[in-house]
Amino acid sequence: MPRLRIPGIPPSEITPVELFRSRRAFLTTGAVGLAALAAPAQARLPARASPYSTPEPLTSLEDITHYNNFYEFGTGKEDPAQQAHSLVTRPWTVSVEGLVRKPAVWDVDTLLRFPLEERIYRLRCVEGWSMVIPWIGFPLASLLRQAEPLGSAKYVEFVSLHDPRQMPGQRRPILDWPYREGLRLDEALHPLTLLAVGLYGELLPNQNGAPIRLVVPWKYGFKSAKSIVRIRLVEQQPVTTWMRAAPDEYGFYSNVNPAVDHPRWSQARERRIGEFRKRPTLPFNGYGELVAHLYAGMDLRKFF
Amino acid sequence: MEPASRRPARHPLRAWLKPVVFLAALTPLARLAVLAQGDGLGANPVEFVTHSTGTWALVWLLVTLAVTPARRLTGFGELARLRRMLGLFAFFYASLHLLTYLWWDQFFDWREIARDVVKRPFITAGMTAYLLMLPLALTSTQAMMRRLGRNWQRLHRLVYGVAIAAVCHYAWLVKRDLTLPLLYGAVLALLLAARAIPALRRQ
Repeated sequence: MPRLRIPGIPPSEITPVELFRSRRAFLTTGAVGLAALAAPAQARLPARASPYSTPEPLTSLEDITHYNNFYEFGTGKEDPAQQAHSLVTRPWTVSVEGLVRKPAVWDVDTLLRFPLEERIYRLRCVEGWSMVIPWIGFPLASLLRQAEPLGSAKYVEFVSLHDPRQMPGQRRPILDWPYREGLRLDEALHPLTLLAVGLYGELLPNQNGAPIRLVVPWKYGFKSAKSIVRIRLVEQQPVTTWMRAAPDEYGFYSNVNPAVDHPRWSQARERRIGEFRKRPTLPFNGYGELVAHLYAGMDLRKFF
Repeated sequence: MEPASRRPARHPLRAWLKPVVFLAALTPLARLAVLAQGDGLGANPVEFVTHSTGTWALVWLLVTLAVTPARRLTGFGELARLRRMLGLFAFFYASLHLLTYLWWDQFFDWREIARDVVKRPFITAGMTAYLLMLPLALTSTQAMMRRLGRNWQRLHRLVYGVAIAAVCHYAWLVKRDLTLPLLYGAVLALLLAARAIPALRRQ
């Protein structure tokens, strides 16, 4: 009598539990990813970690989103959090133009398809405080390379949105609107220079410069223009908004430099938000190893 | 005890005017104390306390300067009794403001503080305002008034210098938006004009 044979599954066919779980996770991620395309506002942005990130403890999301300088929404630190809801970030386009072979107008959702990275950067405000912010974004260089800058392009100008209906702070002539910033082309192409579209894993809150902003971590915060609509490659050094407002106080470079004081206050130390005691400010905000060579031979007192 | 009828006629508000103003002048400090219990002081608590105590020092200073014009305008003589207390509250908040800076901003690094006072015009102005206030606070007692006689009033004209230095201190610290310093400056200009114009007329 043949022995009863229970039809079984050979062990070789059984999926190891770890693999099974990782497949589930993959499907979940995929579903979340699809949801992300459908409803970007609620989604976590897919971003890989970056070796450029600092291991320092992060500033809280609450502080990052409620202590802002974004004069388009008022000059008080709490104003942007209260006022920025009036900013409409979709549809939104960014024009890359000027001295480039391939000018283009990019839809911001297309820009979100650039490989995104999480970059945890120190941010040092010219006012003497600092934060550690987990940005999500991609190198500005990736976008500029697509545009193919011409040999004559020496500088990049960034222009923020100008719409007093959406940006109530622009109804007062506090600054010469729209906000303009600029970088030398080599600064713009530096791998640290980021176009940020998110922070803390999600899309940028309006008060932090949604939908897309610049982050240049070795320069004072105001260099990192918010809510950008135009990126223009030019031959002459652009006149930035703060240079126009107070040329003796804000230079084109505005690299973080503890040795060069603001004419009205010291830049030697900073208060890290969330900390009580002040800490010394580092040259180039601690990114000197990566960027100091850009300024070799330059008198940083003159080119402040 | 004297019979009430022999006393000079008392204004009905006299009894509670001073205590009410006293408590009102303490509310900004009480507010800071309450906010400090939670996260109410925001992302940068030291900056919040510095700005708040500085603002209230200036407010009480301007209110002090408003007493005499207000008394002339309304004929409500009882207001004069508030002047010393209001002036001392201005000094009290200015002291808190200075202490916040010395302690929580500079952590008593006297070399750094000295450099700040010399190099930063807004700190020079703030320190000037405080140093000019000091003799006024010290001579605010009845005994000192009697001892100094006519010189007391001369000395206390320093308060105009204090107010001008304080407004400059505020204006020079602001990065871009001068709205508030200009507002305080305008109030001060009005209060100075309220004194200057009658004085010029008398000449």
